[in-house]
Amino acid sequence: MNVDVAKKLTEVFPGCLVEQDEFPETHIQLQPDQWSKIASYLKETEELSFDSCMCITGVDFGEEDDLESRYNLHSMKHNHKIEVRISANRKKPIIPTVSHVWQIANWFEREVFDMFGIKFKGHPDLRRMLLPEDWVGYPLRKDYVGPDSYHGIIIPKVKEVWE
Amino acid sequence: MGILENKFQDNIIVAKLDQILSWARSTSPWYFQFGLACCAIEMMATAASRHDLERIGMMPRSSPRQADVMIVAGTVTMKMALRVKKLYEQMADPKYVIAMGSCATSGGPYTPHGYHVLKGVDLIIPVDVYIPGCPPRPESLIEGLIKLQEKIRHERPLTRKNVS
Repeated sequence: MNVDVAKKLTEVFPGCLVEQDEFPETHIQLQPDQWSKIASYLKETEELSFDSCMCITGVDFGEEDDLESRYNLHSMKHNHKIEVRISANRKKPIIPTVSHVWQIANWFEREVFDMFGIKFKGHPDLRRMLLPEDWVGYPLRKDYVGPDSYHGIIIPKVKEVWE
Repeated sequence: MGILENKFQDNIIVAKLDQILSWARSTSPWYFQFGLACCAIEMMATAASRHDLERIGMMPRSSPRQADVMIVAGTVTMKMALRVKKLYEQMADPKYVIAMGSCATSGGPYTPHGYHVLKGVDLIIPVDVYIPGCPPRPESLIEGLIKLQEKIRHERPLTRKNVS
C-alpha cells in the first residue's frame, strides 16, 4: 500500500494504536475509545478514502481471552485495503459504532452482536439479526451452551435418539 | 367421453359413501405452497412441467386455509418452528404433513450440534409420510405423495375406521 495508514493515524490520533512488537502491513490494531472518529477520518481523508466497508467479523479467542471485531475496509478510489482490529473485553464487550460512517455497518454490527454479543455503542437499532428476539446467549462464542428447550420444544443433544 | 358415449343408459353405481369420500379426497390433496430451504427447489421442480404434480391431482395453494397437505420442504429453524406450527394449526381438517428431506425428518446434517435447528418436524406437528434424501429428487417426492394418497384412500372418514 502506498500510504502508511498506521503512521498517519498516530500523527492525527496519538495513542490510538495498540502497542505491538511489529506493525504488519495488512492490518492495524486500534484502541476502541476513538474508533468512531478514526472511522470518519479513514473514510473522508483524501489519500485514504476507505469508502467501502466490505465486512465486519467477530472473533472469539477462547474462554480466557478477549473478543475482537475486525473491519475490512477497501478504497474504490485508490484500490487499496486494510483490516482494522479492535478487541473488546469478554465481560463487558463495548465498541463504538461506525454505522453512521458506513451505512452497511448497521447490519454487519447487528450480526456481530447477534453471534458474539459485542455491543456497539451508539448503534441506532441494535437488535438480533438472525436468531429470534428472545434467544438466550451468543452462539458463536466458545463458551456457548445451547438451550435445552425453546418455547417448549425440546432440543435433544445426544444423537442416540435417532439411531 | 369418446368411446363411452351413448354406450350405456343412465346408471346407478352402488358403493360405500365412505369409500367414495376417501377416493375423492385422495385424488385431490392440494398442498400448501411453502418452502424453507433447498428442498423447496426440488418441490418447485416437481410442480413444474417435467414432473407435473397436477397429473396426480395436486396443485399448490398459497393459503393454509385452502390446503390439505403441508410439505415441510427444508430445514426448520427454531425461529421458523413456531411459525410452522401456527401454519399447521391454521389448516382446515383433514390435514396431512409430509416431512421432505433429511432436515425435516431428523435435523439432517445439523444433528446433533446445530443449536438453532429443530431436530425433526415431528417434534412439533404429526407427520404422515417421511421422504429421505438431501434433497430428495422429484421422483422421491412423487413416490411420497402417492404413498400419502394410498393412506388417504384407506381412510374411512365417516366410520373413522382405518382399513389397510
